[in-house]
Amino acid sequence: MSFNNLDQLYRQVIMDHYKTPRNKGVLEQDSVNIEMNNPTCGDRIQLTLQVEDGIVKDAKFDGEGCSISMASASMMTQAVKGKEIDAALKLSGIFSDMMLGKEYDDSVDLGDIEALQGVSKFPARIKCATLAWKAMEKGVHEEEKS
Amino acid sequence: MNPEIKSYFPILKQEINGHPLVYLDSAATSQKPTPVIEALKEYYEFDNSNVHRGVHTLGNRATEKYEGAREKVQQFINASSTQEIVFLRGTTTAINLVAQSYGRANVEEGDEIVITYMEHHSNIIPWQQLAKERGAVLKYIELEEDGTISLENVRAAITDRTKIVSMVYVSNVLGTMNPVKEVAKIAHEHGAVMMVDGAQAAPHLKIDVQDLDCDFFAFSGHKMVGPTGIGVLYGKKHLLEAMEPVEFGGEMIDFVGLYDSTWKELPWKFEGGTPIIAGAVGLAAAIDFLEEIGLDEIEKHEHHMAAIAMDKMSAIEGLEIFGPKDPAKRAGIVTFNLKEVHPHDVATVLDMSGIAVRAGHHCAQPLMKWLDVTATARASFYLYNDESDIDRLVEGLRSAKEYFSDVF
Repeated sequence: MSFNNLDQLYRQVIMDHYKTPRNKGVLEQDSVNIEMNNPTCGDRIQLTLQVEDGIVKDAKFDGEGCSISMASASMMTQAVKGKEIDAALKLSGIFSDMMLGKEYDDSVDLGDIEALQGVSKFPARIKCATLAWKAMEKGVHEEEKS
Repeated sequence: MNPEIKSYFPILKQEINGHPLVYLDSAATSQKPTPVIEALKEYYEFDNSNVHRGVHTLGNRATEKYEGAREKVQQFINASSTQEIVFLRGTTTAINLVAQSYGRANVEEGDEIVITYMEHHSNIIPWQQLAKERGAVLKYIELEEDGTISLENVRAAITDRTKIVSMVYVSNVLGTMNPVKEVAKIAHEHGAVMMVDGAQAAPHLKIDVQDLDCDFFAFSGHKMVGPTGIGVLYGKKHLLEAMEPVEFGGEMIDFVGLYDSTWKELPWKFEGGTPIIAGAVGLAAAIDFLEEIGLDEIEKHEHHMAAIAMDKMSAIEGLEIFGPKDPAKRAGIVTFNLKEVHPHDVATVLDMSGIAVRAGHHCAQPLMKWLDVTATARASFYLYNDESDIDRLVEGLRSAKEYFSDVF
């Protein structure tokens, strides 16, 4: 059976992140510790961030889920590490546009994240990809409030 | 099973992602045959009107059809009277009604409500809420290793403090068929009432509420080739009579004063607002369709499908099947996981081959915890599935395995 259309979803770089996730684990010195579920499917992520002077100094994730949710979490932690909070949130906004199939700001280098673009063609899987990003947004907003 | 049955389901005649559709998600909702679709169309084209009011001809016709559907349901589950048949939105609403009406009036601080680890969320949360509100204790009956329930464990859980026992007849995840008749007997010995969640049972087995001797029985139309939005609560007459309605408004009243009102008699006092008329008409057509084939025949077909599916799927290396190993102990539901491929990924690969299965926690998170998994994939079979569907599933699973082994 040929699965050309599946290859748009399961790009090699995605499977690489799934197989060997970056930043997997729990930070000991966290300033943000967020747990989030996808209630419709059971995916779960725990995200710990170390935020200092408005900069995400370190990020780790733990959890269980499908290839898309775990790869996306891995890519997200990689992307936001070292970024200012505003830049991390901006990236999250771009990612959200990308998932919704909207025009997105391509002036920012998306790196590996670009590979997730194909997810937008699989509506049932968009929530898998956005889980980690939603956790990050929630965490950053909580950090800002405190 | 007659191979022509499939041809009654127009939706199954399409291609999905370039392949003929194989629908294996009937435990979530079943597909609808032409006679049900036609019955809905005919009702809206010729008979649509509000019921139990007005004098005009259409009003009479609609009322006759609606109340005729109630008689049909009464016979379908062998209730002793149409007064015991309440039309509601579905199983969830029915269980909530019992929890909020019977439960609030009869469960007190320190009393027990007994359920099992294999319940759907709809048969957990209404009792959690009731237990919290009344200061009651919610107890879970332990499962055996193979996902069945032993009467020893039932006896150990039910005590004289138990007021309500609520249990699923057929598990939506494990496919297990539970001994609800025997459990009802034990519940009654302790003065408790027995509620049966029949959502996965009514589509597949002959139901006889008098033989089961359960006090309440709930099921949904959409899982038994009927429309969405219609369900049934059966309750023993003397229990329903003593219960207060939980929804108030039009249709359910007798006299309305400025500060006080009285209720209609059974079953209408539980059917506030314009009832689900078209839904009931569709459900009646669904019952006709199922009875024409025969529930015994359908049950036999499902055991057969489960047996073949389990046999063929077990041959796939790394595929784990949950629930009873003996197909005679389960309905046509096969829940599984493929080693190293997450169930969502399995479901996406199958979808690309035109095969619809469910992936996730199946609204049974406590059971997922018991199974020690976060998610599973589920193939569920119904009267329109045949062996070729199982072959397509097995082929799809092999492709999924191959596809993901390539990337690793």
